[in-house]
Amino acid sequence: MFEQLAFYVFAGLTAAMFLITVTTKNILYSMSSLAAGMIFISGFFFILNADFLGVVQIVVYAGAVMALYAFGMMFFDSAKETNEKIKNPKNIFIMTVVIAVLIVLMISAPITLNRPDVSMELVQNMQNPQAIGVILFTKYLIPFEMASLMLLIAMIAGIILAGKKMDISATTMDDENVNMETFEEFKLTSEPKEHK
Amino acid sequence: MISINHYLILSAMLFAIGLFGVIRRKNLLMLFFATEIMLNSVNIALAAISYFTHDLTGQIFAFFIIAIAASEVAVGLGFLILMYKRMGSLDLDNLQIMKG
Amino acid sequence: MEKLLYITLFAPLVGSIFAALFGGCKKNILAGIVPSALLFIGTIAALIQLSAVLDGQVISATMFEWIASGNFRVDFGFAADQISVVMMCVVTIVSTLVHVYSIGYMSHDEGFNRFFSYLSLFVFSMLVLVMSDNFLGLFIGWEGVGLCSWLLIGFWYKKPFATWAANEAFIMNRVADLGMLVGIFIIFWQTGSLKYTEVFALVKSIDPAILSLAAVFLFIGAMGKSAQFPFHTWLADAMEGPTPVSALIHAATMVTAGVYLVVRSHELFALTPDVSFFIACLGTFVAAFAATMGLVNRDLKRIVAYSTLSQLGYMFVAAGLGAYWVALFHLMTHAFFKALLFLGAGNVMHAMHDELDIKKMGGLYKPMRGTAIMMIVASVALAGIYPLAGFFSKDKILEVAFGTHHYILWAMLLITAVLTAFYSFRLIMLVFFGRENYKEHFPSLHPHEAYWYMLAAMSPLAVLAVIAGFFEHSLTALLEKAMPIFHPHMSTDTVMMLIAVTTVAVVCSISFTLYKYNKGGFSAELENTFLYKLFYNQYYIPEFYNRFLVIPYTKLSEFAWKKVDLKIIDFVVDTIALVIYKSGEKSRHIQSGNLSGMLRWMVFGLLILIIFAALYSPIK
Repeated sequence: MFEQLAFYVFAGLTAAMFLITVTTKNILYSMSSLAAGMIFISGFFFILNADFLGVVQIVVYAGAVMALYAFGMMFFDSAKETNEKIKNPKNIFIMTVVIAVLIVLMISAPITLNRPDVSMELVQNMQNPQAIGVILFTKYLIPFEMASLMLLIAMIAGIILAGKKMDISATTMDDENVNMETFEEFKLTSEPKEHK
Repeated sequence: MISINHYLILSAMLFAIGLFGVIRRKNLLMLFFATEIMLNSVNIALAAISYFTHDLTGQIFAFFIIAIAASEVAVGLGFLILMYKRMGSLDLDNLQIMKG
Repeated sequence: MEKLLYITLFAPLVGSIFAALFGGCKKNILAGIVPSALLFIGTIAALIQLSAVLDGQVISATMFEWIASGNFRVDFGFAADQISVVMMCVVTIVSTLVHVYSIGYMSHDEGFNRFFSYLSLFVFSMLVLVMSDNFLGLFIGWEGVGLCSWLLIGFWYKKPFATWAANEAFIMNRVADLGMLVGIFIIFWQTGSLKYTEVFALVKSIDPAILSLAAVFLFIGAMGKSAQFPFHTWLADAMEGPTPVSALIHAATMVTAGVYLVVRSHELFALTPDVSFFIACLGTFVAAFAATMGLVNRDLKRIVAYSTLSQLGYMFVAAGLGAYWVALFHLMTHAFFKALLFLGAGNVMHAMHDELDIKKMGGLYKPMRGTAIMMIVASVALAGIYPLAGFFSKDKILEVAFGTHHYILWAMLLITAVLTAFYSFRLIMLVFFGRENYKEHFPSLHPHEAYWYMLAAMSPLAVLAVIAGFFEHSLTALLEKAMPIFHPHMSTDTVMMLIAVTTVAVVCSISFTLYKYNKGGFSAELENTFLYKLFYNQYYIPEFYNRFLVIPYTKLSEFAWKKVDLKIIDFVVDTIALVIYKSGEKSRHIQSGNLSGMLRWMVFGLLILIIFAALYSPIK
């Protein structure tokens, strides 16, 4: 009974939060409700006995990703209300609903009709994090390595995109040469270039 | 009782919400938010299936999706900031250089 | 033995290709000498084959199997039987001499190399025609000579009338070829084969009505090629081509292809006496008809062309009355003296700087003695005076007509012989003797004789024109092996009387002509009489054809072009292109650079894919 209650509460809250995210005109509200939605999704994970996943969800999504978004927000003029014009709202609604229905049908059909075979049995005497650890480093080792490689690439891309001047290294210069011109790019009060 | 169908329907609903946001949003940043919603809905589905079939593969899949999504956000935001510095706005209609 | 066949057949083709290599270059004498030399080798081969078939054997060779589909089998086969060998010898001898003559005649023409290529190609096609052993090979050669005739008549293609004449010849031939094709179809339908030996073995078992139909259609094809009425207008207009072309094609070889066809299919025509009689009557009509038109014409080559037409009529009379060997004999002798006449006319034309009106010539005997003598010899042979060749063949035809009790035909042929003698000698008198009219029309003209080798090329023809008549018995002995030799049953007295009557009539005609033109010819008022006008304008037949056939057909073509082709067919094609273009323009906006719009299209695509996946999903 608790399970049902928890499910419906979390489901309702998540849906409401995400609806706010996609409909509001204020960018701050949108971001905040996204963060809240992430937390409620982690609630789902805990219901489903995926402890490790739930914790990872909170730490990575609600912590790191939303923090990234928040930092990115600082660059934009967030007090302004965004103005969006849609030409045919009806088309969009219809498309969305039809896609949703079809996806549900397609995904649920194989599972409810016949049981797929299990490839990795759950060993009952292990806790969830232990089990995840076991198969992460045995069966899914290669995806793990690939993911780490990809994160490295993302990091490098982020550094290059930030546009820091590479030829001047502040740490190897003498102390008296280091002044504000070296860090000119990081001035936050600079006006963005207007697009003609 | 909560069966797998509940979770799947929920996941599909959230996916539809995310899709709706992708289509509707004109601000580039809000587009990213909607993409995040879609990714999360898929995570729910995967975790649910993993629970109901007693198979850990789903959870591993969701785990990797989280990792990928995080790196995507990092790079995407970098691009976004550069774009804003160049174009001066984040409205998609203003960002169109091609004449169509 | 087969090597000889192939040598005869392919020597002109090799010569043609050799000359074609020089096609774009300036005049190169080698392009004239090599084809002539190759043709000479071909002639030798043909003569050797002639001696080989004298005892009755047939040389045959099959190159390769050509069509084998279902029941229909045709090979590329050649056979030199007695009929073919006669034709082969005539064709190769005359062609070689015409080639040598052309080296001189076309020496100042810039299309020299091209001319020899076309000429040798023509000889090749003609040899395919006569040497093939089935109807389809005959047809290939038939079309080939038609094509080469078109190429050669329109040789000076910058002259508009030459191209028009070439088109007229080709189109008229094509229309008649339709008849021939239908005839070939009928033959195949009835006998299941196209090879001569097989067809003629089965020909007796065919239903006579269908056989007559086949004969009629085959003869229509022959009518086109041999310019019988109503397909005759192209022959006179074909004189637009160079004179060697007229000598070779329109005197000796191509126009005799029709006669060859009838002679080759003699077993077919022998079984359909009505059709044969019609052929004979048509031949007589054409002979007289052409002779009347030649009486009054002023164009040098046209007179000779009408004379050819008339003699072709004679050949068809002989073939129609069943004396096929006589037709072949007359074909042979006619080839020699007619080619000689044309070549002589070519010399005259060159001397007169391509002037063709004989009223503007005269007195050319002194500067052009050799040509004059040879042309006189040819005209005497044409008129049929003993002992020259024409006498033997022409009188034989008159004998046959009389002997088969077709007295009306005989009378008309006799009258035609008189007319023939008249216009031949009119030509001679006006060109070579009499008042020198050219002095007042072209004061600076000094006519001179042709090159020595051109006269040397003409002289064998003159010799043959004289002696060919004495080959009658050898020819009969040769042809006996291949077909029944028809001799009309008459007593020797009747024969002698006929000969006497004919000779007297012809000699009177000649003397009359000589006398009249020595005195200066006929009065000018004669030109205004109705008969003169009728003959001069070719009985107004070309105008008739133009008004009732050419102009309506042109209008129909224009209608088909403007209304059907442009508006309907082009419209459909353009519309298809327009639809694709417009749809491309409309869908260009999908890729607009607007991210929001593109995302929407992406979702729409996803929707379509999911619908298809749900429809065709294996899990239902």
